[in-house]
Amino acid sequence: MIAETGLAALWLAAALAALQLIAAWAGVAKGEDSLTKLVRPVAVAQGLLVALAFVMLVLLFLRSDMSVALVAQNSHSMKPWLYKFAGTWGNHEGSMLLWVMVMGLAGSGIALFERALARDTHIATLGAQALISLGFYAFLLFASNPFARLDPAAADGQGLNPLLQDPGLAFHPPTLYLGYVGLSVAFSFAVGALVTRQVDAAFARAMRPWVLGAWVLLTLGITAGSYWAYYELGWGGWWFWDPVENASLMPWLAATALLHSVSVLATRDGLRAWTVMLAVVAFSMSMVGTFLVRSGILTSVHAFAVDPRRGTFILVLLALYIGGALALFAVRVGAVREGSRFELVSREAMLVINNLLLTVILGLVLIGTLYPLLTEAMGTKVSVGPPYFNSVAGPLALGLMVVLAAGPVTRWRRDTLRAVVARMAVPLLVGSVALALLVVLAAGRIGILPLLGLVAAALVGVASLAPLWGRNLRRTPLFTYGMVLAHLGCAVSIAGMASESAFSTEKLVAARPGETIETAGWSILFKSVTPVAGPNWTAMEGRFAVSHDGGAAKELRPQARFFSEPPTNTTESALLTRWNGQLYVVLGDSLDDGRWQLRIWWKPFVTLIWGGGGMIGLGGVLAILGRVGRGWLRRRRGRNAEAFA
Amino acid sequence: MAMGFRGSVKGKHQRLILIVVAMVALIGAVLLAMSALKDEAAYFYTPSDAKAKGVEPGRSIRLGGMVVKGSLKREADGVSIRFDVSDGKAVVPATFSGIAPDLFREGSGVVAEGAFDTRGVFVASNLLAKHDERYMPRELEGMSYNETTHQIENGAQ
Repeated sequence: MIAETGLAALWLAAALAALQLIAAWAGVAKGEDSLTKLVRPVAVAQGLLVALAFVMLVLLFLRSDMSVALVAQNSHSMKPWLYKFAGTWGNHEGSMLLWVMVMGLAGSGIALFERALARDTHIATLGAQALISLGFYAFLLFASNPFARLDPAAADGQGLNPLLQDPGLAFHPPTLYLGYVGLSVAFSFAVGALVTRQVDAAFARAMRPWVLGAWVLLTLGITAGSYWAYYELGWGGWWFWDPVENASLMPWLAATALLHSVSVLATRDGLRAWTVMLAVVAFSMSMVGTFLVRSGILTSVHAFAVDPRRGTFILVLLALYIGGALALFAVRVGAVREGSRFELVSREAMLVINNLLLTVILGLVLIGTLYPLLTEAMGTKVSVGPPYFNSVAGPLALGLMVVLAAGPVTRWRRDTLRAVVARMAVPLLVGSVALALLVVLAAGRIGILPLLGLVAAALVGVASLAPLWGRNLRRTPLFTYGMVLAHLGCAVSIAGMASESAFSTEKLVAARPGETIETAGWSILFKSVTPVAGPNWTAMEGRFAVSHDGGAAKELRPQARFFSEPPTNTTESALLTRWNGQLYVVLGDSLDDGRWQLRIWWKPFVTLIWGGGGMIGLGGVLAILGRVGRGWLRRRRGRNAEAFA
Repeated sequence: MAMGFRGSVKGKHQRLILIVVAMVALIGAVLLAMSALKDEAAYFYTPSDAKAKGVEPGRSIRLGGMVVKGSLKREADGVSIRFDVSDGKAVVPATFSGIAPDLFREGSGVVAEGAFDTRGVFVASNLLAKHDERYMPRELEGMSYNETTHQIENGAQ
């Protein structure tokens, strides 16, 4: 019954989405007022119904109902309940249902809470939202029904990929999905504004919280994914330029650009057409990301299902939405009047450079990700690896850091180069000192990119605080703190990346229990190897007593795990975090003579990478609170003023 | 600033200038990608490519092929291994220090990242044989190990 309820709710939600689209179209194009009134309640109902369908699927997974094909293929009754729960979206169908649910709920949110937007644009936005949802409903109902029954029911399930059975990963995909869907909302706003020809500052202010929200979630999702890869894969790396990672990075780059251009539009009413274009690009990138991950076109741990039919379906959706949006853009861009002008040295110009650099990096990552697929279609097999991405993205990212340092201290509309340099004096001084110190102390021992990265981190770290100098800190708006924190987070994260690649030490040995290994000031006593068992795995667990410079010993327990459902080995590294870095211990294979392979890294300041990511995300949250709070206050004051009039 | 002149951008030209700057940036990006990808295309080698074209020692490449049965030996230090990589036509000796991936074994496909030393031995710094049983490095699709003839067959060519 649960599965049937879910399926019925899904069909109903799809029907409501169709109604929402028709009513919005009739309302905006034909001026049918009675239909216009339907749009908002229908959007709310659609969100609730699709949420109901999702809850039904969660129940099926929690109860391990093996008569449902999806549960039988992806779950197992022996799994801990957290992974049964997370298993709901750890597969193709479930993750697509999660996607439409978030989209439906976002539509409800726009219908209920959006107040700043002109009514027609509001209705057109909900219409665009319904159109996008319809594609995904069709995809679910016709090509990947999550509620399909299995007859006869399976005795037990086939299990979830053990690599995914990790608390971090249970919540990593939904975070990214929420970000993707947030970008779809921004896209709907852009389409709505194009339809009603109202691309202006009010539109930008309505769209901004959604862009910020999507961007915060993508930031946190990428940060969490990177940390997961770092400790779960046991290779000690934190970014592999894997196509699946790129699939999440590309929407983030577009969202970052959009976030900055939308602030130009909201504050200065400039960059109108460009902002709309970026909203289209950002959504395209989240569709491309979904396509790459969900179609199975890339063979990697994330792309479980190899099923060309689904890939084609997403590709057709992608082509329709993007093609349609670009066509609408081409037809309507002439009607978008040019916004306010600005000088060549101005905050706007700095943000334009920021946008160009981000777009170029995005283009380069996109080309590098798709190139192997294109060449394969033409018969040659090529893989594009880190050397390409590092060499093209690294220098551009450093350029971006320079603009990031200078942008916030440049005035809107008009400024002079001399004044900007004067305001940058202290950061430039700190950057130069860092450069001089590194050249004297570490030249020749570290690469040029890490060296420049450390210099850029010093420069940006100081410069990011500049917007607070000489201001009354209590009267500084919350979103300014958000910006400062996010920019500081960039500096912190880059410092971590540069430090990790410049100063990590690695030790690889084969040792017997009882031996002590010395590396980078650490003394690591290999005590024993013990078999242990978890709820659905068995493991060999190494016990280590580690101490730094004769300090107190702490215990580390890396494991080599074996999962039986499905049969897989995974490496559970053990980490010891200190204020200045992480000790990373991996237990490898046992040798015939009783020795064990051990891999030990000391990674100075590596945690700054994710700490910085968290700061960037938190900065975004502060900016949302600041912006939404200010809009709310303004409306409240307006209402009070009306009441007194 | 970006275009090297100061003062006001006159009249209607601002939008045009922004479009031109954006186009120049994007064309620059494509050219940069092309030149970087040309190097990258020369990044993957099969053993017969390496033999035929010759790779100078020290240049980092990816070497892909199958691990020849009976060639896998462990060094006395316990963490270094030696093995031969073959694509059915040529054989390259390789070494690796580290914890080999679980699915790295004789007769399986491998993509090794590293460089040749002066004696023609490939020193791998990283072995790619991902965790998924179904994973096959893209470049190795079509290569397989024939259990009966003990030959590596290259279906791709």
